[in-house]
Amino acid sequence: MLTTALNYIRSTQVWSSIFRHGIPRDRRTRVMAVMSNVFLHLHPVAVRKSGIRLSFTWCMGGLTFFLFLAETISGILLMFYYRPVIEYAYADIQGLRAHVTLGVLREIHRWGAHAMIISIWLHMMRVFLTGSYKPPREFNWGVGVILLVLTMLLSFTGYLLPWDQLAIWAITVGSNMGKATPVFGMQGPFSDVLAFREGVPMVTTKSDAAFLLLAGTKVGAPALMRFYVLHCIALPVVAGVLIAIHFWRIRKDGGISGPM
Amino acid sequence: MFSNPFLLAAGRDPFVELPQLEGVKQFVNNWSPPEFSLPFIVLLFIVLLLTYKKWTKPVIALTLLVVFVVVYFGAMLVDYNYYEILKKADNVPITIMLLGCGIFLWTAFRQAARNDVRLEAGKPLVDEERDDKVLVWPDLVYTELICLVLASAVLVIWAVVLPAPLESPANPAGPPNPSKAPWYFLGLQEMLVYFDPWMAGVILPVMIITGLIAMPYFDTNPKGNGYYTFRERPFAISVWLFGFLILWVVLIVFGVFLRGPNWNFFGPFAYWDANMQVPLTNVMMSDYFWNPKDLLGFGWSYALPKNPFIREISGIVFTAAWVFILPPLLARTVMRKMCMQLGTFRFYVMAFHLVIMAMLPLKMALRWLLTLKYFIYLPEYNLNL
Ligand code: HEM
Repeated sequence: MLTTALNYIRSTQVWSSIFRHGIPRDRRTRVMAVMSNVFLHLHPVAVRKSGIRLSFTWCMGGLTFFLFLAETISGILLMFYYRPVIEYAYADIQGLRAHVTLGVLREIHRWGAHAMIISIWLHMMRVFLTGSYKPPREFNWGVGVILLVLTMLLSFTGYLLPWDQLAIWAITVGSNMGKATPVFGMQGPFSDVLAFREGVPMVTTKSDAAFLLLAGTKVGAPALMRFYVLHCIALPVVAGVLIAIHFWRIRKDGGISGPM
Repeated sequence: MFSNPFLLAAGRDPFVELPQLEGVKQFVNNWSPPEFSLPFIVLLFIVLLLTYKKWTKPVIALTLLVVFVVVYFGAMLVDYNYYEILKKADNVPITIMLLGCGIFLWTAFRQAARNDVRLEAGKPLVDEERDDKVLVWPDLVYTELICLVLASAVLVIWAVVLPAPLESPANPAGPPNPSKAPWYFLGLQEMLVYFDPWMAGVILPVMIITGLIAMPYFDTNPKGNGYYTFRERPFAISVWLFGFLILWVVLIVFGVFLRGPNWNFFGPFAYWDANMQVPLTNVMMSDYFWNPKDLLGFGWSYALPKNPFIREISGIVFTAAWVFILPPLLARTVMRKMCMQLGTFRFYVMAFHLVIMAMLPLKMALRWLLTLKYFIYLPEYNLNL
């Protein structure tokens, strides 16, 4: 019965217009299954067996990607409930547990973010220890480092959004470092080197590196808006594009590395 | 959550009071400040690298893991302060990271040991012997599917069991003490003990990033590409793991678990006393240079010169030598071969990153031994190093 039904579905015009290959049972159809799917075809068609062994990759790159997707989905759901203005932000976060069905959205998003930091570090450690940054993969290692920075910035900008004591003071500690940037930070070395003319400094508390980050001299309402936009739009988009490049390059560089 | 269920049931304080343990706790507290524990950790790191063929044997590694887990979690039952730190929801990831690092280092060095034994015997690597290609569908796609399901389950369980913390609403007038950056930046915050923010918060992070990106171009050793080994690239692995494990992960553990109010250091079993006063002795390199008599008890004693650059001349010369003379010195001595392989330009970019990285342990050691605060102290230019 079931087989007949399935066979019928597979023979319809709708099905065959979506899936251009038969059931992936033999070599040809299995190759087709990967090649004709836009997501799957980020993979090569065949891989070295040792490369996908769990003890070789620790699955950490894949886990990082999984967490990126989980963060994207839970993050979009969170955006339905959260308003990035200081009058509402904290209450909206409180409401998440009380009023939203299955109130673990925020937990998933927060622990997922922590987990992603850990998995990306471990992924980097595995790539390093297998020497997989060596030719021809130097460039992809570089893409990875940028992804690492983006991931940490994503976590950092997200840290502010609950607008509780932990949030603003952690961000204050972090952004205080910006004030110390050499030349471009008010409290950094040589902050008075740049000047429009004698006596009119270019770098002031209202124009230094920390101000650029916070849109103010302290962590306040404009900083919340700035971090929100960075966190929800700018950084994820850039990270998404780079992840695509990262995956594409893995393929182009000859798949997951192995002894040559 | 982790308190002792038996004592709770008996209606008693959940913490086992073992007076015999007081001495042990005191001992651990006394020896855990970085000036004592970090040299010890570095020593342990070196021993682990040297003996990787031994400790990676499953029996030994498993014993080490069990001992670590028993001590690490067991201590929660017998000490309230330690329990309070470890059970904090935001600190749970640190524990996961420590276990993750340990387990993955084991798998890496175990496979390295196996490969290295084969290389020494002139045999092919483990993977070369069994290397056949498999199709992505079904082998990889199904593995990915299983991982996806498992990872989702773990994440959901974690989220259900552990509520995300939310503190009182933001109060711009009342900073908590201690104020800590997010945990993954605490290695940098810990560096603030030794360097000013422009160094710890700007220069060092930037150089970590540029160093990482440039690393594949520094390491021209063609061996060890695509398999675990230690024998074929001991220098690269030692330096990198020293940076990652000691200067990053261990400093994060210090920052999260052991830095209390006013960023004072507290042993794992110590109470975070906000009123604790730690006497600060700030000695500059210029003080040692112009006035060793007062500080060391011998030599000369001059008043500090007025001109800031003359006053700081010792620090300026020292820093310049460290950054500009040490690399060429290395190029002519111990790193001669490396310099020839890399070419001058690459070698100096690499050496520059290396000496800046080495500045952190150097500064730590001088702080502990000589209470040195700055090499260069030029408040006139906000330039303290
Ligand atoms: C959002 C972050 C990242 C994602 C989603 C990601 C994902 C992946 C995946 C799925 C792989 C396949 C093999 C594996 O799982 O180990 C991979 C390989 C690789 N990754 Fe990443 N990665 C990320 C960040 C990084 C970082 C931080 C680095 C290094 C600094 C890096 C360097 C590499 C390199 C060089 C390879 C090729 C390794 C080989 O061929 O064996 N990636 N990445």
